[in-house]
Amino acid sequence: MAKEQDHSKIHTKDFNFYYGDNRALHNISVEIPEHKVVAFIGPSGCGKSTFLRSMNRMNDVIDGTRTEGIIQINGIDIYDKTVDVVELRKLVGMVFQKHIPFPKSIYDNVAYGLYLGGKKPKSEVDDIVEQSLRRSALWEEVKDRLQDSAMSLSGGQQQRLCIARAVAVDPEVLLMDEPCSALDPISTAKIEELIGELKDTYTIIIVTHNMQQAARVSDYTGFFYMGNLVEFDKTRSIFTTPAKKETEDYITGRFG
Amino acid sequence: MAPQSTGSHPFRRRKRHIGERIAEFLIRLTASVSILMIFLILVFVLREAWGIVSYLSGSSPTAQTEVTVHKSNTDAPETYGDSQPDSYGEEPAPANEPESYNPDVQETITDTSGIVPTETSSSDEPESYNPDVTDYTATDAGTEKESEPLITKTLSQNIVGEVWQPISSEPKYGIMPLILGTAKTTFLAILIAAPLAILAAIYTAFFAPRRLREIMKPVIELLAGFPSVVVGFFCLMLVADFVQSTFGVEYRLNAIVGGIGLAIAIVPVIFTITEDSLMSVPKTYREASLALGATEWQTAFKVMLPAALPGVVAAVLLGVGRAFGETMIALMATGNAAVYSGSMLEPVRTLAATIGAEMGEVIWGSLHYNILFMLGVLLFLVSFTINALTEFFVKGMLAKKFQGEA
Amino acid sequence: MATLRHSGTTRSELNKKLFGYFAVGITVIGGFVVFGTALFMLLHFLVKGLPHISWEFLSQAPRNNNTEGGIFPAIYGTTFLVLTMALLGVPVGTATALYLTEYAKQNSFFAKSVRFAVNTLAGVPSIVFGLFGVGFFVQFVGGGLDGLIGKGGSSAVFGHPALIWASATLSVLTLPVVIVSVEEALRAVPRELREASLALGATKWQTIWKIVLPNSLTGILTGSILAVGRGAGEVAPIIFVGAVYSLPELPTSVTDQFMHLGYHLFVLATQSPDVEAAAPQQYATTVVLLLLTFGLNFTATIIRSRIRKKRLA
Repeated sequence: MAKEQDHSKIHTKDFNFYYGDNRALHNISVEIPEHKVVAFIGPSGCGKSTFLRSMNRMNDVIDGTRTEGIIQINGIDIYDKTVDVVELRKLVGMVFQKHIPFPKSIYDNVAYGLYLGGKKPKSEVDDIVEQSLRRSALWEEVKDRLQDSAMSLSGGQQQRLCIARAVAVDPEVLLMDEPCSALDPISTAKIEELIGELKDTYTIIIVTHNMQQAARVSDYTGFFYMGNLVEFDKTRSIFTTPAKKETEDYITGRFG
Repeated sequence: MAPQSTGSHPFRRRKRHIGERIAEFLIRLTASVSILMIFLILVFVLREAWGIVSYLSGSSPTAQTEVTVHKSNTDAPETYGDSQPDSYGEEPAPANEPESYNPDVQETITDTSGIVPTETSSSDEPESYNPDVTDYTATDAGTEKESEPLITKTLSQNIVGEVWQPISSEPKYGIMPLILGTAKTTFLAILIAAPLAILAAIYTAFFAPRRLREIMKPVIELLAGFPSVVVGFFCLMLVADFVQSTFGVEYRLNAIVGGIGLAIAIVPVIFTITEDSLMSVPKTYREASLALGATEWQTAFKVMLPAALPGVVAAVLLGVGRAFGETMIALMATGNAAVYSGSMLEPVRTLAATIGAEMGEVIWGSLHYNILFMLGVLLFLVSFTINALTEFFVKGMLAKKFQGEA
Repeated sequence: MATLRHSGTTRSELNKKLFGYFAVGITVIGGFVVFGTALFMLLHFLVKGLPHISWEFLSQAPRNNNTEGGIFPAIYGTTFLVLTMALLGVPVGTATALYLTEYAKQNSFFAKSVRFAVNTLAGVPSIVFGLFGVGFFVQFVGGGLDGLIGKGGSSAVFGHPALIWASATLSVLTLPVVIVSVEEALRAVPRELREASLALGATKWQTIWKIVLPNSLTGILTGSILAVGRGAGEVAPIIFVGAVYSLPELPTSVTDQFMHLGYHLFVLATQSPDVEAAAPQQYATTVVLLLLTFGLNFTATIIRSRIRKKRLA
């Protein structure tokens, strides 16, 4: 499905996901190219978030779930027994729908992931914190109050802080689960702009229920419906000449 | 940042995360402490009660050897009283010696058998709440020697007997009066507490003005915070007088005073749980009932109360369990005489109070000691059963009732 | 509304109405009897006890057959007891709560067993804990330790009733209190925080240590305070596991015996030769005990309601 000139970062083949007996994902097969922004859209409960959370094995923390098929990142099946989930998650960062920073200082939020591996020199951490905050377009706003509580930031700033936090551990893939759904339009615009800048460094997968957002920020778009990946193509193609009836119905607003 | 090469597999090699495993192991291990404790309680209380078995054979020779063994134990240092003479003095001490709190000495001398049901000498002894009154007929070392003849009657017959008189020339360990006494006080306590608490819960949940409710609830819940020894003291000082002047009873401390004391202790338990379950009945029930033209009281009694029934049953069951095993109140307010009678106006002695009163002074390892532990096993088993009943029966009822809602 | 009714009330309607009044009336009575009892007890003890509380009472040892002096040894013993108890019980309770919230699979047999055990433990009569204390802690553990260090008999160091065994017994008794309130606090930590931490490559334990525990510290504190309040008021379990009528000197080591407020009250109330002379001491002791337990409970309630508000916000 993905165009051949793009280098494939994530490859899934017949991936199934179950909550207990309930099959939430049906045979998902997709190639996600490197350094692109990929959006997954679809009505709520369609499986797009489940799929996203499968890519850093975040669903592992939920009782009674199981998977079939493969998801490969960098050519390695992440559900293989030899895979270290903790290391995987350092490689595949995630930004959540709710912008909940840790109840710590701004600095400590960004540095959180850095100290997980053990002690690091302070100057190195300082550098990375600054870099990450710059990269998430937050540095100018917070550089004078790094020791303030992260809770004192506005919603949009908090979400950018969450992005900085994820970026700081130097992932290759960034998963974003409806990152703007709790934000006002101005903050949303800032985040979308940021996503455009970040794709040079990361492969970004974003789940959104906002089709305009998908159209604005993504290079590729996948449409999920009832646990199936109905269609996956270049964003332009999906929105102009969808191949499937359901996709067309959805993007023209006939349901969902 | 340069594009990563596809060949990098930083997550491929699975790390051991040894610290992680140790942490999880320790937490799981610690979590099992609760389970372990339940087992240990049963095992160790049973273990100390097990000595009875050797007496149970009934043939006196065996029993006598046992007794001899214990007689030698009497001099063993782990014997409670002997090693702590300043605090647990077993020898009668002059009554005016300040640090001797040994109460038995002061009252027992004249009133050694006041509690034996056939005698009425305790009638002129209104302060018979003293838990030790019966116990010290024979605190002097002669106890064990004199206990030998009793074994001629088999112990099992003795235990199901109607006289509890563990320290006397012929010790009697009949637990029937204790069981009857426990049943009487528990029954009275529930009879008083359950209706009051349930009505109070209905009142605060549905009828009380908001402001009043906000004062009443915490004050009633405060009642749960009263240490039972304080409730016992309250009964001893006030409730006893009140009951005596109201009913004109002969004995100042009796089953009714004990029942009221236990009721005070369990009212907040029943109240809180009932109130919780009344409040957790879906609001729609109430609205639907009112919309159909039912009045507030009809809604409360005919819709909300039945809907909350499993919670109410649980509340009452927990109240039973609490009243059954409550020690300090029973010890202080019931009169502590092991009378085998159905009357509510006579003193009673409960299982828990018996342990509380006698355990401190008993010779460790003696038959009496074993039997006190046996009473403990009985208490444990009953409370365990009540709890299991609440857990399985009531939870099942709740699940059925609000399927999907609760 | 009234126009909808018949103008003349029939007998059955009247009956129904009267019955309604009766039904509401008995709930009012029930409510006020219970409320009144609670209020009366509280006020009764405060009125009768507060005037007798003085610095002398709080700082001195009892004299003259408990009719004079104070209750300092009992306050000291109780404090020593419950602090040791918290030290033993809170870590175990916290770890159990951590297991139940962070590690347990919902329907695993082990998790269910732990829950059942905690509930059962909460229902075991306190006197049985006392027997357990004698049979397990004093005789088995204490006696065992003495055996290990080669002491025994009259030179027993551990194998006799002592503060440490009373503390241990109480810590088992109050374990459910700690577990329940710590668990509530742990559940109040948003799931998103845990996931955010895990998504950054934190291990489970790192997440617990750096995110979950710091955010539930107040809850753990609440649990400990509630347990201490409960433990301070329990008398039955400690009567024969180390509490004594009187002591020549204060306990200095955990293997000493101790005086206890609740037990002291029991002794004063039931075994004073002169009831009149002992009354002021009895009431004053009661008030100290009540202030201690209620003070602790009140503090815990306030902290807890703050946590609940925070969670709702």
